[in-house]
Amino acid sequence: MISFLKLLFRNRLAAMGAVVLSAILILAVITPILPLADPDAISTADRFKRPFSEGHLLGTDHLGRDLLSRLLWGTRLSLAVGIFAALIAASIGSAIGIIAGYFGGRTDNVIMRAVDMLMAFPYILLALAIVAALGPGLVNALIAVAAVNIPFFARNIRGVTVGLAGREFVDAARLAGMGHGRIILTELLPNVASTIVIAMSTTVGWMILETAGLSFLGLGSQPPQADLGSMLGEARSALITAPHTSIVPGVMIFLIVMSINLLGDGVRDALDPRLRSGALTRPRAVTLVDRRGNVPRADQKGLLNIQELETQFHVGPRIYRAVNRVSLHVNPGEAIGLIGESGSGKSVTALSVMGLVASPPGVITGGAVRYAGEDLLAASYDSLRAKRGQNVAYIFQDPLSTLHPLYRVGDQLIEAIQAHNRVPETQARAEAIELLKSVRIPNPESRIHNYPHEMSGGMRQRVGIAMALANDPDVIIADEPTTALDVTVQAQILSLLDDLRRERGLAIIFITHDFGVVAQLCDRVAVMYGGRIVEEGPTETILEHPAHPYTKKLMACVPELGGGKRRLEAIPGLPPVVHELPPGCAFAPRCEKATEACRAGEIPLAGTETHTVRCIDPEEELA
Amino acid sequence: MTALKVTDLSKTFPVGGGLFRAPKTAVRAVRPMSFEVAEGETLGIVGESGCGKSTLARMLVGLLEPTTGRIEIEGKPLDNADPAAFGKLIQYVFQDPVSSLNPRKTIRQIMEAPLKRLYGMDREERAARIREIFASVNLREDFLDRYPHEFSGGQAQRIGVARALAAAPRIIILDEPVSALDVSVQAQVLNLLADLKSEFNLTYLFISHDLAVVEAVSDRILVLYFGTVVEIGPAREVFKTPRHPYTKLLADSAPVVGRPLKAPEQKDSELPDPLNPPPGCAFVTRCPRATDRCRTAEPKLRPLGEHQLAACHHPLEG
Repeated sequence: MISFLKLLFRNRLAAMGAVVLSAILILAVITPILPLADPDAISTADRFKRPFSEGHLLGTDHLGRDLLSRLLWGTRLSLAVGIFAALIAASIGSAIGIIAGYFGGRTDNVIMRAVDMLMAFPYILLALAIVAALGPGLVNALIAVAAVNIPFFARNIRGVTVGLAGREFVDAARLAGMGHGRIILTELLPNVASTIVIAMSTTVGWMILETAGLSFLGLGSQPPQADLGSMLGEARSALITAPHTSIVPGVMIFLIVMSINLLGDGVRDALDPRLRSGALTRPRAVTLVDRRGNVPRADQKGLLNIQELETQFHVGPRIYRAVNRVSLHVNPGEAIGLIGESGSGKSVTALSVMGLVASPPGVITGGAVRYAGEDLLAASYDSLRAKRGQNVAYIFQDPLSTLHPLYRVGDQLIEAIQAHNRVPETQARAEAIELLKSVRIPNPESRIHNYPHEMSGGMRQRVGIAMALANDPDVIIADEPTTALDVTVQAQILSLLDDLRRERGLAIIFITHDFGVVAQLCDRVAVMYGGRIVEEGPTETILEHPAHPYTKKLMACVPELGGGKRRLEAIPGLPPVVHELPPGCAFAPRCEKATEACRAGEIPLAGTETHTVRCIDPEEELA
Repeated sequence: MTALKVTDLSKTFPVGGGLFRAPKTAVRAVRPMSFEVAEGETLGIVGESGCGKSTLARMLVGLLEPTTGRIEIEGKPLDNADPAAFGKLIQYVFQDPVSSLNPRKTIRQIMEAPLKRLYGMDREERAARIREIFASVNLREDFLDRYPHEFSGGQAQRIGVARALAAAPRIIILDEPVSALDVSVQAQVLNLLADLKSEFNLTYLFISHDLAVVEAVSDRILVLYFGTVVEIGPAREVFKTPRHPYTKLLADSAPVVGRPLKAPEQKDSELPDPLNPPPGCAFVTRCPRATDRCRTAEPKLRPLGEHQLAACHHPLEG
């Protein structure tokens, strides 16, 4: 709650709205105890007195009634009607929306078409029709305004509910024996409540305006009762001669509606979970680089050489050390596997290479990434952008979310080709077909016209690979490219990548959590844990003689086909969180062999030229 | 003793149509299938995306009404879709542990629901029962007053298992229970499931796309392709000596350390179009052994070897 208010008041306009609105609300609440003149007391002798005249701070109207008094009593009434109408519209509309969204199918269809019909009428016409049928009066105006706003709530809440009703916790509730009514009340309602509040906060102002509109037309409050709309209506005839009679209620309506809308927008933004995680702050085009120590000197290793890379996430007071002095290099034609569990820093390492880590909160705080000797972290944005896709390309896990759903795959490929080379459309199209052929998509001439959703997962990932190949890069970084795919498709994609690197001399950094995949594709493996590389070496050596206890345990955890029914080895405990890493070995809390020395301090990567391990008591002696 | 018996179970979804129009066509997500699961057994169900695994599972717990067929649990027929009636006998553990827990409820509220709704227990009975269950899934009791987002995937999945156990079912359907978890945590949950099974004398249906995991936990394995059972047999034999070419393709595709990388099939291996299914065997377009007979006649499941059954006109040698 406190964090919500903090977030709300960081938005200055919303804070201003809140202050103005609370002032108005307080005034409206204490109106009965204020020493005001009787709002309905007529004294024709005093008509059209200007503001600041004796005894009438805001002057008087055409019947000589005190405007200040009428304004406050009118505001009170208008606010009450508006808020009450919003409550009614929200309750009925949300109920309709939840029912339609939860039951779906025919119920949904019938209810929502009825709501559509209601929306097809211009709202003011509909409100007029309702008031005409029920007769003028404030209560009837309230009913009309509420009825007109029901569709807005119904549609909003239905949309949210449809998403929730398919969630697994609703199924779980049904299996726990809950009936429909109980599921709607205890499972769905708490989850849509925030949406209802947001929708209400943005519509109350609108409803006050609509009620004022009806009163202005003489269909709402009846004389002598004052509300803001009827005050405006009565002042209309004296607009030129006594403008203050219109301006006073007009300014009040403006203040109320403006402050409610500003506050409502603020509430909506503050309740939006994306904003809280910082997603609405637009990330920079390239990751912030703020290197504190010395930049490591170039050594002649590999085509792409990551040296002592440190990437951190600064979230509030916490610092997440996602990548902690990672060094890794890859040669042309070589495939290196980067293995680790979620949170081990493998993906952040990969994204740091081309400055793709979202900033804020990501910051590269040390190390270097050298491509053919040039330090990419020191490169300008333009030169980095020229290298993205041209020299180093990425393949991501989920091709459905990396391909644009509204463009044909061919057009997306052509765009990728033209981003780096100015070639005519026809030539680019021919190249795109050639690319689809090279990733073995059958009938590329017709497939090029497909939208991403018209392809299967395997085909989409092939398009993803074709995109990565579009500008003939030298290095491909593949981040779990087969995790979302079926086994038979995975086998095809892996063998495709293997062929490509042999044909084109591609260097591949392959990120995965699967030892089986690494064993088949990669020449070398690096194992990451808690943001650091704990072991690195040739694939065969590591698979047969893992030196780090974590590598050994992790391999034992993964069942392999052909082993029959058995009990699996488990690693007790959980992977570490990288903002409170223990000193020394991050794996020590889960390691059977851990001693005091493991927890004492930094353990270096040690071993031979090819096989290194970060452990003081490795499983295998490296000589 | 038979824990679960399924006879001619199928599900057809209408496609197209609207408020006033009849559906244009129908997709047969699960074609009529029959199988039995013995008490205390773990039946593994494997298949690729779109093969009907989840539709089958949802029918078995009463979340979906079957189009045809019967479901019998311990001899009692249950074929009207009413999750509350199914709940005491068969429960479900979901794939995504976090989204299967209502974010606005405490763990205690989540755990109490089945005890209250299915068994009508009073407050003290519920507390005692929850304590018992939490002890068997190795969860601390102070978790009870927290909200789901405070837990890691592995812990949330334990809570999911605990909730399923609270209904005291005879059978639990595990729908990809570990595929959202990290490898090092996966094994913890699988071992816990094995312990619970013997402690509570449960029967499992274990659905997964990970062949190695299924093989490690199952007694028998059922292979689904395009809504049909193509092979069923003891776990250690199904992948070692597959009879159906599709099972062999699956086994050959799984990455195995030390096996050279080769794609077992290089063709355009799209699944058949569900709106326009082939008349004969659904696997015919991908099958190296396909003949004309396969294109016209749908193969029936028949015994091959001692315990295996496969639906194939030209099965592989054992």
